[in-house]
This record gives sequence, structure tokens and C-alpha cells, in this order.
Amino acid sequence: MFQIVRKQEMAQGTIIRFDINAPKIAKKVKAGQFVIIRVNETGERIPLTVADKDAFAGIITIIFQVVGKSTALMRSLKEGDLIKDVVGPLGRPAEVEDMGTVLMIGGGTGVAILHHVAKAFKEAGNYVISIMGSKDKEMLILENEMTQISDELVITTDDGSYGQRGFVTQPLEKYLSERDDIKLVYAIGPIIMMKNVVKLTKKFDVKTMVSLNPIMIDGTGMCGGCRVKVADETRFCCVDGPDFDGAKVDFDELMNRNSLYLKEEKDSLLFSIR
Amino acid sequence: MLDHDVKYLKFKTYLNTYCPHCHAGFNVEKKDVKQIEFKAIYQGEEIDLYLSPYLDVFEIESSVDIQKDGTLDDLICPHCKKSLLNKETLCGECGSPVAEVIISALSGLIPFFICTKYGCEWHGLTKRDERRIKLKIPRQDMPEQDQTLRVHNFQEVPYGYTTELALLEAGRCLQCKKPLCVEGCPVNVPIPEFISLVAEEKFDEAAKKIKETNLFPAICGRVCPQEAQCEAKCIMGHKDQPVAIGRLERFVADYERKMELVKVPIINHNTQQKIAVIGSGPGGLTVAADMRQLGYAVTVFEALHETGGVLTYGIPEFRLPKSIVQFEINFLKELGVRIETNQVIGNIHTIDELLEEFDAVFIGVGAGLPTFMGLEGESLGNIFSANEYLTRMNLMKAYKFPEYDTPMPKGHSVTVIGGGNVAMDCARTAKRTGADEVTIVYRRSRHELPARAEEVHHAEEEGIKFKLLTNPVKYIGTDFNTVKGMECIKMQLGEPDASGRRRPVPIEGSNFILDTDLVIVAVGTGPNPVIFQSTPDLKRNKWGYIDVNEETNETSKPFVYAGGDIVTGSATVIEAMGAGRIAARAMHEKLTALRKKKTKKASVEK
Repeated sequence: MFQIVRKQEMAQGTIIRFDINAPKIAKKVKAGQFVIIRVNETGERIPLTVADKDAFAGIITIIFQVVGKSTALMRSLKEGDLIKDVVGPLGRPAEVEDMGTVLMIGGGTGVAILHHVAKAFKEAGNYVISIMGSKDKEMLILENEMTQISDELVITTDDGSYGQRGFVTQPLEKYLSERDDIKLVYAIGPIIMMKNVVKLTKKFDVKTMVSLNPIMIDGTGMCGGCRVKVADETRFCCVDGPDFDGAKVDFDELMNRNSLYLKEEKDSLLFSIR
Repeated sequence: MLDHDVKYLKFKTYLNTYCPHCHAGFNVEKKDVKQIEFKAIYQGEEIDLYLSPYLDVFEIESSVDIQKDGTLDDLICPHCKKSLLNKETLCGECGSPVAEVIISALSGLIPFFICTKYGCEWHGLTKRDERRIKLKIPRQDMPEQDQTLRVHNFQEVPYGYTTELALLEAGRCLQCKKPLCVEGCPVNVPIPEFISLVAEEKFDEAAKKIKETNLFPAICGRVCPQEAQCEAKCIMGHKDQPVAIGRLERFVADYERKMELVKVPIINHNTQQKIAVIGSGPGGLTVAADMRQLGYAVTVFEALHETGGVLTYGIPEFRLPKSIVQFEINFLKELGVRIETNQVIGNIHTIDELLEEFDAVFIGVGAGLPTFMGLEGESLGNIFSANEYLTRMNLMKAYKFPEYDTPMPKGHSVTVIGGGNVAMDCARTAKRTGADEVTIVYRRSRHELPARAEEVHHAEEEGIKFKLLTNPVKYIGTDFNTVKGMECIKMQLGEPDASGRRRPVPIEGSNFILDTDLVIVAVGTGPNPVIFQSTPDLKRNKWGYIDVNEETNETSKPFVYAGGDIVTGSATVIEAMGAGRIAARAMHEKLTALRKKKTKKASVEK
């Protein structure tokens, strides 16, 4: 059993942050890796990327958006409550090295994952430029944390309620055309955002890593539910990823696969309300 | 006289005896007493004589007391009053004159002799004759759930033998001097010995006998492919059907468990050495049990939240009840084995880190990576690997959705690609979750189906359809990106390939569309890369599995052993157990030598 030592509601309660006591995982987890959480006996196995860790205190941080039954169930947990299973770290860590200048792009809750990766790149000695986007001011998360680890930070909102109005691709295009020292772009967020980022960086020939979050059951390479097509080969996100070279990822296929369980999600939610 | 005249009661071979002259029977049944009754002349007087009618039991009684070693003057048929003495034959044991009656056996009538020396057990039947008699006991079927009912539930299909059936089946064993069945078993279970104990109604002892070499008979009795192992070698199988060794194994194991006769040994010795076992499947559990019993401290690391490996996530409830798996795992816990779930070795600890804390490591992680065929449209919704389908159903209990949160893949017309046991499991699971039609698509013919005959039979009974000599070419999707059809091509068998099976060749232009709204791909698995990512110095063979020394199952890394599917590729539960046993033995030898060396060194230093 794993205890929730701190709970924080963000974006009007639609995005939740948990600090979970998991000393063994905290000691091992690296940026880009994820854990799988099963709240109780009847629960699903939910993959969640680790947003931060404190190896000394034995704490890992996860941030998730409430989208369906399982995440709603997680929101109902309070500080001090216990989670039945937390398994991890899973997946391959992000390949972090000192490359000079890197550009970090996060959209929506993707910023949670990006934060951990960006922090690792900063600690490795890189000059970190960050772009974070959200729907509006309310949905923006981790602004302070991102400010701390970024040398430059641009914020965009779709409706212009905060920062620049528009999508992350606009400042991205500006940076790419103005600076030629950007060695790597890391994009984490909604699939459509990652797809558009990759489209742009391909033009400028800058290597772009993306972090994928497909449907997953076991997270250990067993089920194949998380299969994605990378460079025309079937790869498993949980053991070969979750980070891949964005230029090679088939985003359309991924988008289709991720929308498969919407009906079941609704049924499950209705059942739990009843 | 017909073959069924030889009746069988319990395990004892019941003989019906007849007069060679008038063909009247000598057998009588009074209440519960069954006897062979005839007359004899003893010291000039006619007396009554009673013999037990069982081949394996010698009992004789007479109406007057006969002194020890007394000899009868004559034996007479009570019906035609003729003498039964056979003048040409003498007793093979004591040389006395003998009487002859006839019994019926498989291919005709054979003589059965009764020695005139009172108490002499010689009957003149050769081993071959005995066999011919035993061969007439048919192989006993297990009572099972009705096929119309069972497709609506997940309860186990066969109920298992009753005591009567087990005794009857045990009576069929010929107790061969050189038992080939034992050679056919990957862990060499002493099969004739345990069956003989069953025949003596010592079921508990029979279970203990099996456990000398196989720790999990309740599991093996259910899931071993006996028809390809022990039962394939059974001599009875040459003339008739082999002894149902698996069903007997299951019977005694269930008896032991249900009667609460399982005893957990108390382990007093402690070697002060520690073993790490990676994976709690059949291989890992065997190593854990063996090493713990030898006095090692054992920790099992399991990646999932439930223990049991393939026994838990793979094999469905109706074939192997999870309560049995958990019973065996509880047994290990009571032995003192530590089990840690949610531990993905490679990530949370590397093998090298484990070697710092443990004296030896066993890798039994299985071959869990599903194989896809790389067809067009494979990423469509409602196309699952068998692993995902079974994991959702068995491990996550999706068939209880929405009580359990994991959604259940549901289809009206389900197609399963592949012909192995896993394919059968998927098809039968789909049937139980309400699919109207379930079809198995397999590229070879029926003869080559790798699944157990029993599973194929069960699947057919449950209404699963088989499209043989058929291979998928591509998938066709709906506008919502879920599958709605599968284009297939007809195949024919060509020349045998490297595996000895005839290679299936597509028949050009025979393409057709199979309507389906759920596809399960059950075409095999490969090695999981997680362990290798963090242990690059672990030598792998050309198929990507771990390379081991066949005699010890030690890998290229000293003190690191491996066994099961991660070494052989997809194989059976019992083979993984066999590999675990070899590794445990080798581990014990190596660690014992190390211990002795250390104590020697310590005493020298003193």
C-alpha cells in the first residue's frame, strides 16, 4: 500500500496532483518514466508519467487530468489515503545529455511530464527554452516550477486569457527561424499538438522527441495494447518507449486507437454513479 | 460369452469364470459378496469351495477345514458335475495338478488355472494375458459441466474423477517394470508408483509420491499436455487408449487439498544464503519451493499485482481455477518464501544490483511479448493480442465489467487467429462473454493444430467454428476505426518445413472476406526486452532468448540462472517447472560448494 502524502487540486479541480510515498521507486525513477497505479481491488491499471520525485524523502509526484471513472475515483482520494498498487518505474528514461540548447514544449497536462524531463535537461547543463500551452488561464499548471527551471519561458493560451494568444506552434516557429542552435525539441501533450510540432520541426530539420500515452494494461510489455507504429514498425510504448523520435511516429493511428474506449468509459462512469 | 462378461469393480479386475464343458458360470453374487463357487473332492468327500473373483486378490475358503498345504483330489463343476482337472498342465509354482476354468479376455477365451494345492496362488495367466484382461477396462472419462450450460459461466469444465472412477482408471495401469511414461514426463514423476497407491486407495500417499518430483500436481493435472508427454508413451496406448495419468494426478491432488491433508514442512536448517527469483510463474515457483526447502532464504519478485504468472493472467478460470493457483502460492508463503509483487526487475533493481544482495538469481520471466503479424489495419480497434485479451479477462476480471473497471472487449462475431492452446482459451472465453459466433482461423489443417486434443474437443463442443487452411491477409475497418472484416486467403499444405510440419502455401485468387467485429491474434510470443535493457551482458541465442548451459540452466553470468519460456520460447507449464528444478539443483550444488569453501577458509584462518 502506498500513501498519498499530499494532494493538490489545480485547474478548478480538473487536474490533480498527488505526492505519493514510494521510496523504492523514488530512488530509481528517471525523467520520462512512468508508473502504473491501481487504486483498489476492482480498479484499472492506470499508467501515469512521473512528474517529479524526491529521492531523499521517498516521494514521487503524479499529475493527472480527471477524464473518466478511474481518474474520478482517484480524485475522491484524500491526503493520507492508501493506494493499493504502484508499480514502477516503467518505460525507458528520456535520453538526457548536455546538448547546449533544448526547446521544451508542453501542452495541457503534458506539462506535468515535461517538467520532469525539462528539469533533467537543465540539471545536465542545457540552456532550456520552454513553451507551455493551455486552453485558458485556469487550465495552466506548474507555471512557477517551469519558470524556475527554464532560461526562457513562453506561455500560450488558446483564448488569449494569459500569455500569448494561440498555439504553442507559433512561438515554436519563431524560435526555430530565429535561432539555429536548438539541438533538440521535446514535445509532450495532446497527440494533435505533438503531431503539429513534429510537422514544423521536420521543416527545420530539428530532432524532436515526443512522449506517447496510448492505451495500456500491464505496462510491462505483455499486452501489446500500447502498440504504436514507429518508422513503420510495431513498437510497444511501455517497453520501447514511451518517448520516441516524433518524426517517425504515426500520429493518426495513435489518435484512432486512443479514442476506442470512449463508450466504455461512459458506461463505467454511469455505473459508478449509480 | 461376450467381452463385457468380464466385469470390473473398483480397481480390481473382476473375472467371470465358466465351465469349459457346459459353459455355465461359476460366479455368484450374494448381497455384497462376490465369489466364484464350485465343488471339490477333499479326502474323498465333496466340499464347497469359494474363490475371490478378482485377478489381483487371492482369497480362498472352503466348507470344511483343510489342513495347511492340503491337496484337493479333484475340482468339479457344480452344474455338469464333470471334473475340471487338466491332465496336461501342472502348477507352475508347486508342481501340483491344476484345474482349468475359462475366462473371456479381449480377443477370446483364455484358460485360468486353479492349483489343487490349497492356498497356492498360481493361476497360469501370463503378463500378456493380464494385459489383455486389463485392456478391457475402458479409459474413464471425467464428468464435466454440460456444454449448453458452461458457455454461460466461467466455472471449471471438468468436475474431476470420483473415487470410483479413479480406482477404475488406476486398475488399468499395467505397472510396467520399465515405465516409459516416467521418461515422457519432464520432471519424471514416479507414475506407476503413484497409480499403484491410488489403486490401494491410499490417495494421500499417492499425492505425496507425486510431490517428490512435482510440487504442483493440481495444476499439472489440469494443464499439462499429457497426450504428448507421459500418456504418449503409455503401453496401454498401443492397443487401446493410454491410462489417464493426468486425470489421476488431478484427482489425488484435489483429494489432498480438499481433505486438508497438505502439510507444510517446517524448515529448520538455514544455509545463510539468499536466492532471488524473478517471476512467479511455474518456473519461478518451482525454484522458490525447491530452494526454500533446502534452507535458502528466497524472495520472489513479480511484476504484476497478482502472483502466478501465466497461470493467473493467461490460463482462464474455466481451465484452471485461480483458487488452486493461490492455494499453491499460499503454500510457498507458509514455507517462508517472500513474495514481492509490483516489482519490475530491470527497472526497480537490475540483475547486478540483485547479485549484490542475493547469492544467486533465477530468471523466469516468461516470453510475454505478443507477436503481431504486421498486416494492414492491425491497429484498428477491437483487434487484440491474445495476451491483452486474456489479461483483461483473467487478471483484470473485465468479464465482470463494469463492476471491475477494466472494459471488456466484446464482439458478436469473434475471430481468433492461431491454433494453439492460447487460441482455444481466447475462443472459449469469447464464447462465455456472449459472442454469438466464434471462429478459429488457422493456416494449417486440423492434424497440425498445436492445441491439446482435449481443448480442441471442448472448443468444438461449445460451438466454436474452425476455419482451417485459412490465413488472414488484411483487416477492414469501419468509419469509427474498429474492425469489421478480415480478408483471408485459403491455404494448402506443401512440403514439410524445418519443424517437420507441412508448410502451408497460399492458393492464389482464393481470397474471401470474413465478417468479424473482434479479432484476437494468438500467433505466439517473443522475449520481453526489459531484463536485457539493463543487463546487456546476458548472452542471448539467435531467437533472442537467454542462452543457458543445458545441464545447469546457468546463464552467461555466473550465479544467474534462467528457465522456462524466456529460454525456450513458448512452451508448457511443466517444462518451465522442469527447467526450474534443474536450475535449483545446480544452484544448490554451486552454493553448497561455495559454503564449504568459506567454512574451510574460516577454520584455516582461526
